[in-house]
Amino acid sequence: MRSCRQLRKTWRFDNTKSITGDSDALGLVDIVRKSERGPLDLKDLALDLKPVAGAMPASHAVVRAEELRRVCERAREGYARLVALWGSDETARGAGFALHLALAFPSGILWASVPLAREHPRYPGIADIYPCANRMQRAAYDLLGIHAQDSPDRRKWVRHRAWPGGVFPLRKEFDIASRFPPADDQYPFVKVSGEGVHEIPVGPVHAGIIEPGHFRFSIVGEKILRLEERLCYKHKGIEKRFEALTPEQGARLAGRVSGDSTVAYAWAYAMALEGIGGTEPPVRALALRGILLEMERIANHLGDLGYIGNDVALAFGFFQFWRLKEALLRLNSELFGHRYLMDLVTPGGVARDLQRRQAERLIARLEAIGAEVAALKSIYDEHAGAQDRFIMTGQIAPELAEKMDLAGFAGRASGIRHDLRVDYPAAPWQQIGVQMASHTRGDVAARVSVRFDELFESIRLVQALAAQLPPGEIRVPLAACPAGGRGVGWVEGWRGEVLVAVETAGENRIHRVHPHDPSWQNWPLLERAVLGNIVPDFPLINKSFNLSYSGQDL
Amino acid sequence: MYQLLKQIAKTGIVTEPPPQSDESLRQIEQRLPEAILKHIGRALAIRHVDAGSCNGCELEIHACNGPHYNLERLGIKFVASPRHADMLLVTGPVSRNMEVALRRTFEATPDPKLVVAIGDCGCDGGIFGESYAACGRVANVIPVDVAVPGCPPEPKAILQGILTAISSGKRPAPTADRA
Repeated sequence: MRSCRQLRKTWRFDNTKSITGDSDALGLVDIVRKSERGPLDLKDLALDLKPVAGAMPASHAVVRAEELRRVCERAREGYARLVALWGSDETARGAGFALHLALAFPSGILWASVPLAREHPRYPGIADIYPCANRMQRAAYDLLGIHAQDSPDRRKWVRHRAWPGGVFPLRKEFDIASRFPPADDQYPFVKVSGEGVHEIPVGPVHAGIIEPGHFRFSIVGEKILRLEERLCYKHKGIEKRFEALTPEQGARLAGRVSGDSTVAYAWAYAMALEGIGGTEPPVRALALRGILLEMERIANHLGDLGYIGNDVALAFGFFQFWRLKEALLRLNSELFGHRYLMDLVTPGGVARDLQRRQAERLIARLEAIGAEVAALKSIYDEHAGAQDRFIMTGQIAPELAEKMDLAGFAGRASGIRHDLRVDYPAAPWQQIGVQMASHTRGDVAARVSVRFDELFESIRLVQALAAQLPPGEIRVPLAACPAGGRGVGWVEGWRGEVLVAVETAGENRIHRVHPHDPSWQNWPLLERAVLGNIVPDFPLINKSFNLSYSGQDL
Repeated sequence: MYQLLKQIAKTGIVTEPPPQSDESLRQIEQRLPEAILKHIGRALAIRHVDAGSCNGCELEIHACNGPHYNLERLGIKFVASPRHADMLLVTGPVSRNMEVALRRTFEATPDPKLVVAIGDCGCDGGIFGESYAACGRVANVIPVDVAVPGCPPEPKAILQGILTAISSGKRPAPTADRA
């Protein structure tokens, strides 16, 4: 970071102020102000709290637009982090629009709804309090036309050329089958100028087997002066699609918001619906969900650890880890019928049971995989060439991570000690206890280290859950979801916390579903992680995070 | 270094035999003459384009590069630019925000070229379908030679689709739909 501050004296970030409204092109201004009184309890906010039923502790409150900033400022000072921000169209319910926030307090989640007028819906922007809100506010405008006042960055985010400005797809009167002639797609990037500065535009079609997105690098020599992301190329109308489905039909779609996190999303969605109708999934189903979630975590870490090796020219690492990943996927297929465990978590329980003999096989196979990973870890640890590339590359300091609410394992690698399985230990975690992995250096090496630790811990958790699966049913019917129901699903996926907020309408319909991926929080930090690094290290840094495009673009 | 070499020796070769091509995956008649197929059949360059998938299909395409399926020993490899490619491997549904990028990638790929659509969404739009934001199946945007269904299709099926696209495929009538 320091080197970048020095660099800025030489090169100009030309249109920063006019485009982003932020005079500091790198956004490294003041660090979070925190109250000295320590964490704030939800009750201290003096709101009219209504409990939201479900597996995770949650409350709902209506906040007036005039009070929004006060609530956010107090929440920020009191250690609460912003998990998600989204909007909804309430005109069918005789109101205008609404802005929704999910704030994570030590005692649980606060779902704050801000009623907005039908004409010119607007609210005071909060991106200066919670910087990660910036893109979410822009997305809420593109999809619903609700406007964050005084927000410096007014560029579009989700809208490219599929629909024109002034049309808002998530409004109820908008027909999902609407077609528009391709609109003009102009997007102002911040320009960096000065001697020797040039741009490298990358994407949306990338050089590897990766999801599409656009990266605009401003570099001098090989050093990165600025990276600006443009995402939402994969926007395929997931949220609108949900509104045409029944709650039960939505489960399959929820499992395809981000394919590598299918268990986390399916579980979060199921949790929200179960909360709304008061369905109690059987304890055996919860243990099985725990197994599925940790198998997903193991598979993703195995794959990424292999690619991280590949990105430092250690092809050995790629082939060894992908051999183990394939072994794990085949085990998934054999025991659960799907390599990526899609459609196994269903509202009310799980779709497949695990017999005792199968559980024993699962435990034994994971033991063998764990031993192999341990051998590979020592090879990675002792490989001077790999460590030279990992250490101090793509660093996110803890202060910046905290300011920007860096989520998930990447956050834990930068000293942010949050893990839903530890912080709010609902079933099945409360019975076995999860060890949180953490690190403070925030570089590629730290993220690799946390991934290894979490992988070993996940093996332990799956083995513990499989060894003592509680007897009983694996599924109960989902209780009917009443009109006006509100539910929250909140699950620690492999990448970070996945939140699914659901509101139901009458006649077994969905009013609004917002699935939130932790990548919303982490993408802006990738822009910071690469500063001062060389361009050839970008793929390595990117892979060490491995963020979701699909989960962000929706 | 000793540990690394020991691990390689201990692991041995895990690569499995490749699948046979499957003519039922073919969407349109083979457009390329035998002479060309004979050449690219041993040195096929593929450009992957994710046109809007959930990323599930990409996981299985990655697996094709892994040691069990080991695409490269068949002379097949992924390249970084469409200008180096003989084949586009496209996952979908094609989002409207990716429509232009996909068309341009297709145009940038030199003739003769082949297109393989991967996954249920690439075949028929899948669960996302057609909407204000999605164009549905890949064939709605660019011509598709072979389509591989599955959610996601397993690596063996993807490999089969690729091999089908470069086989001579004598089939009398072209079919419009994956049946």
